[in-house]
Amino acid sequence: MTDLNRRGLIGGAAATAAFGALPSRQARAQAANTIRIGVLNDQSGPYRDISGPYGVQCAMQAVAEFGNRGFNVEVVNADHQNRPDVGINIARQWYDQGVDVVIDVPTSSVGLAVANVAREKNKAYINTGSATSDLTGAQCSPNTIHWMYDTYMLAKSTGAAMVRAGGDSWYFITADYAFGHALERDTGNFVRSAGGRVVGSVRYPFPATTDFSSFLVQAQASRAKVIGFANAGADTINSIKQAAEFGVTRRGTKLAALLMFLPDVHSIGLETAQGLVLTESFYWDLNDRTRAFTDRMRPRMRDVVPNMASAANYSCTLHYLKAIADMGVAASKASGVEVINRMKAMPCDDDAFGAGTIRADGRKLCPSYLFEVKAPRESRGRWDYYKLVGTTPAEEAFRPLAEGNCAFLRT
Amino acid sequence: MEEIFGIPTPLLFGQLLLGLINGAFYALLSLGLAVIFGMLNVINFTHGAQFMMGAFVAWMLLNYLGIGYWWALILAPLIVGLTGVILERTMIARLYKLDHLYGLLLTFGVGLIIEGLFRNEFGSSGMPYRIPPELQGAWDLGFMFMPIYRGWVVVVAIVMCLATWLVIEKTKIGSYLRAATENPALVQAFGINVPRMMTLTYGAGVALAAFAGVLAAPIYSVNPQMGANLIIIVFAVVVIGGMGSILGSVITGFGLGVVEGLTKVFYPEASSTVIFVVMAIVLLARPAGLFGRS
Repeated sequence: MTDLNRRGLIGGAAATAAFGALPSRQARAQAANTIRIGVLNDQSGPYRDISGPYGVQCAMQAVAEFGNRGFNVEVVNADHQNRPDVGINIARQWYDQGVDVVIDVPTSSVGLAVANVAREKNKAYINTGSATSDLTGAQCSPNTIHWMYDTYMLAKSTGAAMVRAGGDSWYFITADYAFGHALERDTGNFVRSAGGRVVGSVRYPFPATTDFSSFLVQAQASRAKVIGFANAGADTINSIKQAAEFGVTRRGTKLAALLMFLPDVHSIGLETAQGLVLTESFYWDLNDRTRAFTDRMRPRMRDVVPNMASAANYSCTLHYLKAIADMGVAASKASGVEVINRMKAMPCDDDAFGAGTIRADGRKLCPSYLFEVKAPRESRGRWDYYKLVGTTPAEEAFRPLAEGNCAFLRT
Repeated sequence: MEEIFGIPTPLLFGQLLLGLINGAFYALLSLGLAVIFGMLNVINFTHGAQFMMGAFVAWMLLNYLGIGYWWALILAPLIVGLTGVILERTMIARLYKLDHLYGLLLTFGVGLIIEGLFRNEFGSSGMPYRIPPELQGAWDLGFMFMPIYRGWVVVVAIVMCLATWLVIEKTKIGSYLRAATENPALVQAFGINVPRMMTLTYGAGVALAAFAGVLAAPIYSVNPQMGANLIIIVFAVVVIGGMGSILGSVITGFGLGVVEGLTKVFYPEASSTVIFVVMAIVLLARPAGLFGRS
């Protein structure tokens, strides 16, 4: 109850600040020629460092690089506090007040809820932060593009790699909300289809859990060879720290962090995190183009480097603006579906993710990379944490179109 | 294997033990809250932020000055306690004559500001803090691995709770404190500096929170919202134990840790709500809490 009040206060302030950035009445003529991008993400909770203010900066970098091509671009942002009700309210008000596209939106429960708002108002919606594969599956929408990763892609890359390495019996420790369920389901399917089995799972309350020792001991008692963490952010950090503390890996049990970002590894420390395998679709030190992008971002990021979530905001904003330039501002404001269709028709290319395409169901296709966390002695310094151990090509990384059962494609 | 309610007995023992360990944190934190409320009549909503500050000061001591865990265990509570003294002198002391609600709002606001400042500076994903080498490793109890560090936390928490209880119930200073709560004017008339005693009591309560923060640093991610997650539960503990009752908050802290631990086995989805269910039931049956005087 206290938590609600506390976060409500912050949310109100954040939303007010965001609306304050919208133009006044005198600027109405100019407004018709202005594209407004709303970055909606977690700016005060467990997922803040994954995107948060850095995600906003990445979107602004894309706007700066795109330059002036006959229309103005404004970026507004707000904190959804990982709560669907807050997210829906902000998105609805934004769309009503002239925001043309909402991007980012981590936390699958919020991501799915905002997708419904975008569809109801026929606006464009590009989700880069949520993981649930339902965004392009059971709950797909012609107004949605899902940018750089999803639970299926994570499950296929990390899950399959673990089974190949002999981890054929799994126990899941799952965050009890849409994302955790989707990640557990998708990984479980891969484990079973590869001949493995799921011996049990436990669902813990999100986001109110900080101690995972009880679940870790239950997982250990199941004698599973792999403990899969179907969670993210601070929960994953706490899970892995406490697994090390309780000696979970002593008897040969392996840990699978099904969704882990670079800042999470930083927080756990290489000492504890070394040897973990994880999947991302972006790493700042992957190739010359990602390094060039990271260098351009440095002035905006303090001592942090972009990770796959914040980099995706850059990538999708750039592609969105290219589509607007192609179809014209007036046409883009008339229909969100048309903007999304134009984006799907155009090939993507940027420094962060390279060349790519967007599928009919809204799935952006890009390769997924399997990384192993370096040992402290292998790391050359801050943020030098990953070594590449495998790549799944873009066309194989995601769930095949036919298996998604996306409803609007059938009509 | 022997089973109770379908759960193997060794697993159940393990969970009881883990519940006690979590209870140790609840007890330590609610102890500080109870001391502050009991003596100052202020509901200290900054407590979670002060717990977090304890962990962060330990991290800063290590990373900026090279001072390790053992010294941090003493220095961090002193440093954070000092900030508490300043807070009490400059702000909270002005509110004693007003309704409880003002103190609550002030400390709530200060807590939010502190968390915001730390989030701005350090981000939200947290900092690594290692278990000191002397306490690394685990004992094999047969039914589970018991990390030595967690055992240490329970022992220290119990010692700390006992010591606080002894100081307040059995020493002269404690008797002054209790008397000042009942009738500050009379105690002041005996030549005792009551405002200073209040200030030091607040500082001590805050230091207890920071002490718990240092203990938590190697276990949890040291991040700005680490206190906000725990503090709601701790408030429930204080309410169930009886506002201001020191013994009540300690026993309830450990007890609820166990209740929560068992819920994690039988119905994990409810593990964050079970404490509030207990709170509702206790408040219905005994509005003053289990150990409180109405």
